[in-house]
Amino acid sequence: MDGLIPVEERPALAAGPGDFVGRSVTRIEDAPLVRGEGLFAADVNFTRQLHMRVVRAEFAHARILSVSTEAARAMPGVVAVWTAEDVADIPLIPFRATKVRGLEPYCQPVLARDRMRYVGEPVAVVFADDAYRAEDAAEMVVVEAEELAVLLDATAAPGEFAPGLHTEPTIVRKEYGEVEAAFRSAHAVVELELSVGRHSGVPLETRGAIARYDAARDVLELHGTAKKQHWNRDEIARLLGRPPQGVHLFEGHVGGGFGVRGELYPEDLLVCAAALRLRRPVKWIEDRREHLVATNHSREQHHRIRAAVDADGRLLGIDDVFFHDQGAYVRTHGARVVDLAAGMLPGPYRLPAFRVAGHFRLTNKTPSATYRAPGRFETTFVRERVMDAIAARLGLDRIEVRRRNLVTAAEMPHARPLDTLGVDVVLDSGDYGGLLDKALSRFGWDALQGELAARRASGECVGAGLAFFVEKSGLGPSDGVRVAVDATGAVELVSGAASVGQGVETVLAQICAEALGVDYARVRVVRGRTDRIEFGNGAHASRVTVMSGSATWKAALAVREMALDCAARLLQLPSSGLTIRDGVVMREDGLAGPTVTLAEIARGMGPNSRAMHGHTPGLTAERWFWSDHMAYPYGIHLALVRIDRGTGRVVAERYLVANDVGRAINPMLVEGQIVGGLAQGLGGALYEEFRYDPSGQPLSTTFADYLIPTIAEMPVVDVLIAEDAPSPLNPLGVKGAGEGGTNGAGAAIAAAVDDALRRPGAITALPVVPATVHRLLGGLA
Amino acid sequence: MSGLHDIVLTVNGERHAVRVEARRTLADVIREDCGLTGTHLGCEHGVCGACTVLMDDQPVRACLVFAVQAQGRALRTVEGLAQGSRLSPLQQAFVDNHALQCGYCTPGFLMLGTAILEQDPAIGDEALVDALSSNICRCTGYANIAKAIRAAAAAMRAETAAAEVA
Repeated sequence: MDGLIPVEERPALAAGPGDFVGRSVTRIEDAPLVRGEGLFAADVNFTRQLHMRVVRAEFAHARILSVSTEAARAMPGVVAVWTAEDVADIPLIPFRATKVRGLEPYCQPVLARDRMRYVGEPVAVVFADDAYRAEDAAEMVVVEAEELAVLLDATAAPGEFAPGLHTEPTIVRKEYGEVEAAFRSAHAVVELELSVGRHSGVPLETRGAIARYDAARDVLELHGTAKKQHWNRDEIARLLGRPPQGVHLFEGHVGGGFGVRGELYPEDLLVCAAALRLRRPVKWIEDRREHLVATNHSREQHHRIRAAVDADGRLLGIDDVFFHDQGAYVRTHGARVVDLAAGMLPGPYRLPAFRVAGHFRLTNKTPSATYRAPGRFETTFVRERVMDAIAARLGLDRIEVRRRNLVTAAEMPHARPLDTLGVDVVLDSGDYGGLLDKALSRFGWDALQGELAARRASGECVGAGLAFFVEKSGLGPSDGVRVAVDATGAVELVSGAASVGQGVETVLAQICAEALGVDYARVRVVRGRTDRIEFGNGAHASRVTVMSGSATWKAALAVREMALDCAARLLQLPSSGLTIRDGVVMREDGLAGPTVTLAEIARGMGPNSRAMHGHTPGLTAERWFWSDHMAYPYGIHLALVRIDRGTGRVVAERYLVANDVGRAINPMLVEGQIVGGLAQGLGGALYEEFRYDPSGQPLSTTFADYLIPTIAEMPVVDVLIAEDAPSPLNPLGVKGAGEGGTNGAGAAIAAAVDDALRRPGAITALPVVPATVHRLLGGLA
Repeated sequence: MSGLHDIVLTVNGERHAVRVEARRTLADVIREDCGLTGTHLGCEHGVCGACTVLMDDQPVRACLVFAVQAQGRALRTVEGLAQGSRLSPLQQAFVDNHALQCGYCTPGFLMLGTAILEQDPAIGDEALVDALSSNICRCTGYANIAKAIRAAAAAMRAETAAAEVA
């Protein structure tokens, strides 16, 4: 009975707000969270559990001479102490393959072998019956090491990683058009050297992992997981020599992801291996200091970029060479951030010729990977700095230069001869110029120029800046959803996606409710569990609403069709004249007539129902959504800043993010994503940085040193959610909304600070710290 | 064992007799010995405020207090805010105003907000920002948290006014 209509013919979501879609309904996630009844990693406990404590490298680069564990082993409550020798059978932690080759030898072992390569690298682990005792014992592990020269600058000449391997595993190159000719024929060439500091997601919940081997069922369970459960399950199984069916991952509540959580880290494998060997549950909860040196860093890049323009300021070509500071090892993302930076750099502009070389380089710092808007926060900063520089060089207005170069609505879809993440870059839809007009008007840009002039005349140091960004979302290739109605009419939606706290359950429930004709509060969403659905691609890359949302739409429509078909037979009415409202099948024309509930239909479709002979029972359907291309959201950041002349402190006063997300399933949640994303973007623009001393010792190891914005640092934020350009690539028209709030923040703040200083191009590095601004202010005098 | 202390903690009006080492933090005891895992640890060095609880009605960071110091004090945690199935006005306002995403910082902000509303329900905007700047949220960008506290203050005023009329 399943699959009555080929999926391709199923209708797209109608325009305008529906019963649930397009409405700012409250979240189904919230009730347990506001009552303190959530289940975060540290809340997971099993009887007889052991606690793991990691002994971490204290040198940035050193040869390990010996690791003495006897004293630790003798401490009260200690059950085992492991070094690299004890886990020599566990292979290096792999990465998700792209077409970049040759990265394998640079992957991280679960415990350092021979060399330690960054401060914070796991060198040994202690297992004890109590977390305090495990920490006591870890302090008794003695690591003898011979310090080696450190490499901390990714722009310096590469060194040796290991015999025969140097610290530049690959260079990601992309090129199209006649680059040399573009520069030869240019009216002007601007050339900039720009850098983005090292910062990262830093979710408020640190990582945690709790493994348990259930011998009765022969299943290894890992709890406290996030983001990529199915890939992680498969890899844990492979690395520990078990069949994937014998390993299951579970997701509870997740205290923020932002790219860094839910990747496969050494600690995940260590607790799993220990649970199998020690035959007791093993719990590990990261502390904050560990988090700041052990969990993925991100962002650090240095660009040398040249742009060729004609006399009107139109781009003829861009040539960029950049250096990506990967830190000590290749982690699960491989070279993806470099690939994304290279592929997304052109942004919203028509660009006839482009050449980029991204040097992927290892240093003696914490390994890095993705953080919200990976590769885009960086390259939006770089590209928009270039656009401002072009305006300054040619004496053009900053807005006008952008207008002349924006890809127009008529040019959509706009295919670039480029790829990123292995898919061709085809900007799917957009009215870039139209959104720019709306954003400038909403922000009051023209009037603001007069206000700025008046404030400057009265001695204030104030300025405004803008940045245009293009995001990417809905990375394929696939995701599936199973929707089932039970005998009480309650709906269960099982998804291969995960939640990192962004509201996945509510959004999928809204889509399901809209398609099926039930209240969204009756939809239970199951996610992040490998034991409930065989496959899944997880929650990252702003993909869940696009991929799992589209699969939900298809599965719920399939269930709807099954229900209507069954109801038509029961009610003796044509199914085309029936609809479902609030879980009741009734005549669509509103006339009185017989009705039947989804609960009754579900009961009638049970395995013991005569009507189901010869059919798979249940009012249930599983559907998949596939996508070969990504959907590209876009938008504009507009910032107004004030500079304290005494301290050089930059105060963001007012801010607008305009973001076209194709279709907002829940505008309140979209706005929440954008404002929250902006707070992180402002962190990277002004405050957050992982700093190191010359010997590679990390200096940002507490929240007193790594400065996350508080409410006091936040400007008044306005959000303009646009739905001008629904994506043609999915039945909902949606584009991801998770990363636009972060993407343009560094670029817009840099432009606003330039404007306040009245020095175009003054800002060449993020974060814009008071010391830099103070120095620039001194230069004015 | 001489290193252990027998203490009684009063949490949300309920007495918990626990035996703890002197070094054991109040946060760990509330979470592990009392089983109240709604209080979360975000930094364990007193900056983020996720572990904020009320001790004799004052917000404190439970990661910076030793359990032995909390003996004889009245402790309140997030689990004590709702009356049965009825959320407190502030909890309800957090839901209505989308003041949480991942929910990890939420218990700390709820306890901080509860103290603010008890001590100064008509708090000015600047003072509210100042008070809330002691806690970190990594998801929301804070605007909706401030909005929720304002909304809860309004709801509580309306409730009081209605009670007076009745």
